[in-house]
Amino acid sequence: MTAQDSATGAAAGPAAQMPPRAGLAGWSARIARMSETWTLAILLVLVAFFSIAAPGKFFTTYDITQIAVNAAIYLVLGVGMTFVIITAGIDLSIGSILVLAAVASGEYNIHHGGAASGWGTVAVCVLIALAVGTAWGALQGALVATGKIPALIVTLGGLGAALGLAEIATGGQDPAGAASDHLQSSLGYGKLLGVPWLVVLAAAVTVVFGLVLAGTRFGNYTFAIGSNPAAARRAGIGVGRHLVKVYALMGLLAGLGSVMWLSSYGTTSIAGHSTDNLKVITAVVLGGTSLFGGRGSVLGTVIGVFIPAVLTTGLIVIGVQQYWQDVAVGAVLVAAVYIDQMRRQSRERG
Amino acid sequence: MTATPILELRGIDKSFGPVQVLHDVAFSVYPGEVTALVGDNGAGKSTLVKCIGGIHPIDAGEYFIEGEPVHVHSPRDAAGYGVEIVYQDLALCDNLDIVQNMFLGRERKSGLVLDEATMEEMAAKTLDGLSVRTVQSIRQLVSSLSGGQRQTVAIAKAVLWNSKIVILDEPTAALGVAQTAQVLELVRRLADNGLAVVLISHNMNDVFAVSDRIAALYLGRMAAQLKTSDITHAQIVELITSGRSGDLGLQNGNGAKA
Ligand SMILES: Nc1ncnc2c1ncn2[C@@H]1O[C@H](COP(=O)(O)OP(=O)(O)OP(=O)(O)O)[C@@H](O)[C@H]1O
Ligand SMILES: [Mg+2]
Repeated sequence: MTAQDSATGAAAGPAAQMPPRAGLAGWSARIARMSETWTLAILLVLVAFFSIAAPGKFFTTYDITQIAVNAAIYLVLGVGMTFVIITAGIDLSIGSILVLAAVASGEYNIHHGGAASGWGTVAVCVLIALAVGTAWGALQGALVATGKIPALIVTLGGLGAALGLAEIATGGQDPAGAASDHLQSSLGYGKLLGVPWLVVLAAAVTVVFGLVLAGTRFGNYTFAIGSNPAAARRAGIGVGRHLVKVYALMGLLAGLGSVMWLSSYGTTSIAGHSTDNLKVITAVVLGGTSLFGGRGSVLGTVIGVFIPAVLTTGLIVIGVQQYWQDVAVGAVLVAAVYIDQMRRQSRERG
Repeated sequence: MTATPILELRGIDKSFGPVQVLHDVAFSVYPGEVTALVGDNGAGKSTLVKCIGGIHPIDAGEYFIEGEPVHVHSPRDAAGYGVEIVYQDLALCDNLDIVQNMFLGRERKSGLVLDEATMEEMAAKTLDGLSVRTVQSIRQLVSSLSGGQRQTVAIAKAVLWNSKIVILDEPTAALGVAQTAQVLELVRRLADNGLAVVLISHNMNDVFAVSDRIAALYLGRMAAQLKTSDITHAQIVELITSGRSGDLGLQNGNGAKA
């Protein structure tokens, strides 16, 4: 074992010179292979660029708050999508799940006091939104877990069906009084120590599920299934059961997203979520999560969500037409997937 | 046959749809010995191993561990009886590191989170115990390992669990001369440490070098199970290719035992 070993040793960098299982070597190798590293670099370059291009205007507290509020819902959705994509799956239906959950809880609210409804109704509405999202996600997960229908098709069907149900329930019009004033003035506009509650909530979700992915059995199984489902099965992991849980988690977070949306905008916006899936998948992939499964992180997704958010605000601040952001994000996305492919191929050769 | 076999199968049948792959197979494995399982391509070796490992349910037959009848329906059941299998296609997760692979499905936890420190320590100890010194870091991704190193990780994974029976499906098939020698040495050492080892191989030199017993499958039937010292190279080749050799093998239609 000489030629091959020295080749892999070179790839592992400093680890090669260290004795086996030195903690430091392990960590440096881990950081080196984290795909977040270069995405973070892009984000920092963007922030630096806008800060210099518009001194004193970009990166004000106001901007940062705005960026964070805009990103909060996408971040929550992106956390769920990270798990899904790491299993080598995809969920196109998230925007529709969000709408369906919003309509279900909105209808309950309308019939229990409308905008003036009390805290008890708010609590029930939140539970309805979370339950509808989770149930829809679990159903899609169960279909994916059969292994007979690709996730792309299951969730494409789910996208149409969930939106259709929401439209049937409402006649296609956003109903008035879908959100309680209590919900809007607390979660929607309220702040904790100057930080909007929406941001606090999104940050809490991110931290919790970031830790779940990186440090628990649930996270490990998610990676293993995306890496080699047959190996996972042979290791005694209930692959189907785990997939149901992962898609249910995605649904749960889409339900939470609907609560955040209602509290922030007060309306169900039935027609307003058709591109949520593309935005969120873009963010997750920008963050270095591999569409081929087995690799990714919540931290990367955080960065991936903030790149478009920073671009939008930054381009407005420096007075460039903000539609350029779509061009820029599109280009970065294609580049990110290209790099992912190259890494994969070089690993397979190596 | 003095000692009780640690693992014994009797009358195993297994079909995939209309195709019967195993016919009335009997198979015994003894502690401290390497049992070679040989047979032509498609004879049913991997299928037999997957039945033992709980991947495929058996259609008929009996399964004994240390003389006690047991039922094995899943990989976890098999692991519970101390049976560990290194599959022909290894079944490692490329995107996970060595420690994660070794503990896959059986992670150590402290509270809610994984106990990485303990797992690292146990993995390192196991690799050391196998005298494995070729991996640089146990936090290396499996995708960065050579074929021999992967095989070593897969074997280490199998012996990590105080297992009693380790089954290796063609562990040397893809290896060069030096790495093959290392893996065979490892196989011998496992048996010398008291484990029951089953080695599947197409290489008769390897089989004669390390095995104590040889079991030959022919078209899904057990042609013969013999002590390695009681059989010649030529006889084994005949058993593999035609199911019989002189008065050994399948003359009267059932698996004759010596
Ligand atoms: N899952 C399955 N479904 C259908 N047929 C199968 C399945 N697995 C194995 N077989 C068939 O069973 C027979 C025995 O296959 P098996 O893999 O056990 O052979 P083997 O002895 O391990 O061969 P090799 O030496 O080539 O590895 C083959 O004819 C194969 O096509
Ligand atoms: Mg085989």
